[in-house]
Amino acid sequence: MSYFFRLLATACAFLAAVLPGHAQAGMTIEIVGAAANRIPLVIAPFLPAGASGDDPAEIIRADLSRSGLFKLVDSNGLGKPGEAQAVDHAQWRARGADALVVGQVSKAADGRLDIRFRLYDVVRKTQLAGFSYLVPATLNRAIAHKIADLVHEKLIGEPGNFSGRVAYILKHNGRYELQVADSDGVNAFTVVRSPEPIISPVWSPNGAKLAYVSFEHKKPVVYVQSLTDGRRKAVANFRGSNYSPAWSPDGSKLAISLSKDDIAQLYLISADGGDARRLSKGGALETEPAFSPDGKWLYFTSDRGGSPQIYRMPVEGGEANRMTFEGAYNVSPAISPDGKYLAYVRRDGGSFHVAVLDLENGQTQVLTNTQFDESPSFAPNSRNILYATMVNGRGVLATVSVDGRVKQRLTIPGDLREPAWAP
Amino acid sequence: MNKIQRVCLVLAVLFLGGCADLKELTGTSDVPIEERGAATTGSAAQGATGASSQGVETAALPAVGSGDGREMAANLQGTQSGRSSVVGVSPEQAAMLKDPNNPLSKRIIYFDFDSDAIREEFRGLIEGHAGFLKGNSAARIILQGHTDERGSRDYNLALGQRRAESVKQALTLMGVKSDQVETVSLGEEKPVSEGHDETAWKQNRRAEIHYLGE
Repeated sequence: MSYFFRLLATACAFLAAVLPGHAQAGMTIEIVGAAANRIPLVIAPFLPAGASGDDPAEIIRADLSRSGLFKLVDSNGLGKPGEAQAVDHAQWRARGADALVVGQVSKAADGRLDIRFRLYDVVRKTQLAGFSYLVPATLNRAIAHKIADLVHEKLIGEPGNFSGRVAYILKHNGRYELQVADSDGVNAFTVVRSPEPIISPVWSPNGAKLAYVSFEHKKPVVYVQSLTDGRRKAVANFRGSNYSPAWSPDGSKLAISLSKDDIAQLYLISADGGDARRLSKGGALETEPAFSPDGKWLYFTSDRGGSPQIYRMPVEGGEANRMTFEGAYNVSPAISPDGKYLAYVRRDGGSFHVAVLDLENGQTQVLTNTQFDESPSFAPNSRNILYATMVNGRGVLATVSVDGRVKQRLTIPGDLREPAWAP
Repeated sequence: MNKIQRVCLVLAVLFLGGCADLKELTGTSDVPIEERGAATTGSAAQGATGASSQGVETAALPAVGSGDGREMAANLQGTQSGRSSVVGVSPEQAAMLKDPNNPLSKRIIYFDFDSDAIREEFRGLIEGHAGFLKGNSAARIILQGHTDERGSRDYNLALGQRRAESVKQALTLMGVKSDQVETVSLGEEKPVSEGHDETAWKQNRRAEIHYLGE
């Protein structure tokens, strides 16, 4: 039996103590749902009481609590356990914890930080992980996220997404900014700023570039921009409209939508620009291409059947198969990195919800219940879906787990849309 | 001592952490180390090197994240549209086209929900522009299609394109040469009304005529 399931069984005994909803929300995150059974966990302070500076423990707590998979148990009154001390497992068991993280931060002679941590299973009285990191002080937060990823991996069996980054569009004072931030919304920085709309940011597979659509020339044009030097190039600026970029898994090509020959058709171009090779045959609107992770298939939205639905065709050409059947409006396909799920947006009456189709068993599940959900994008671990929705007339970003059980909302100030999780 | 315990002891000495009882190892942390993998199993110790070579995977934290992003921002304020000046209307014509008393100052065609059909009430407006374009072969227009905010932004770009094409088709049937007309879509991105109800949406489902050189 895996550690996760053993803990789930154990957690049942603590169910009465588990409060629904908020555990310990991070500074910018609101948890709107959580798993039924959460692993009780203590993350002891890394810094001594009264010490100045960011305590990695705070960041790790915020990360793990917003995942909805952990119940944070406090260590009040038990002081700051030393990273190198023997652990009194019974003491932590008495608090109701199944696992314990201890750590410390010290300054090395050259000014760098020495961050150490150990993760214990206090039920089995064993150490599950222990690492030290000697890093510049600027990487304090990054290391905390990395530790949270490791704790998630050791206790859940899959890596966390806390070290990841997200790109999104911020509409602010009538201007549009393409920003990249840590997955907790911290360290946001602007890579493009424009008085005209910017939409559809998509990460290159190696995370070094973003493709996006800018309206600075009063029409949609596709750009590719390097994140390392900020340089960019218009890679699709044909007559008419140019939009809906999707990277091929090898990063060499983009699938895009163009109006140069017909109203909306799919094309393949080099990621450096150049000629466009047409993929679709015409007669319908065809847009929103998305490659399968193996690069063999292209998922896309088409109204060839009379209403917009998601189809799939071989990238090398050939017949398309319809993938969605329920409802009259199914759009915005996103494929999980492991190739198992198709997330998309479906209209139910006047509402638009994120749904997921399990490509292995063909089952569909609607995951969200807000009214204007759009732009689903998978996390690298294929476990969570990032999407945009509207709350009180303002665009916000939210995530939902593929089983629909854990939801959270990023509350970065401003009007946000078009999120994309970095690979 | 079995073989695993002996391996553990060797690892403990090498890494100053080790998988033996930690109590025995306290007090040795003054020895400088770059990285330590201290775990209870061999597989976890292998994970240590993979997960944190040199203490941190700086490659996963690109420099762009730690620097001042504003320096790298491609600031687009003031970019020019770069259109050719060979074609387009003259300044005099531009002034005439904008005169509120001139029917050609009316430029917006509205559409029903999920429709690209041109309503009868806009036929006169389109005929007026067709007449001007036929009489001025250097004149060029851009037809912008727009949608309301509901649904996918990319699919709305396709729907907006269809609205612009619908107006272009009406113009060409009236005798306008197709190379005088470029159709583009702005989808839901440039609403006239920012509201979130049908009153706003019906103002936003539209096609707009823009003359080059205005």
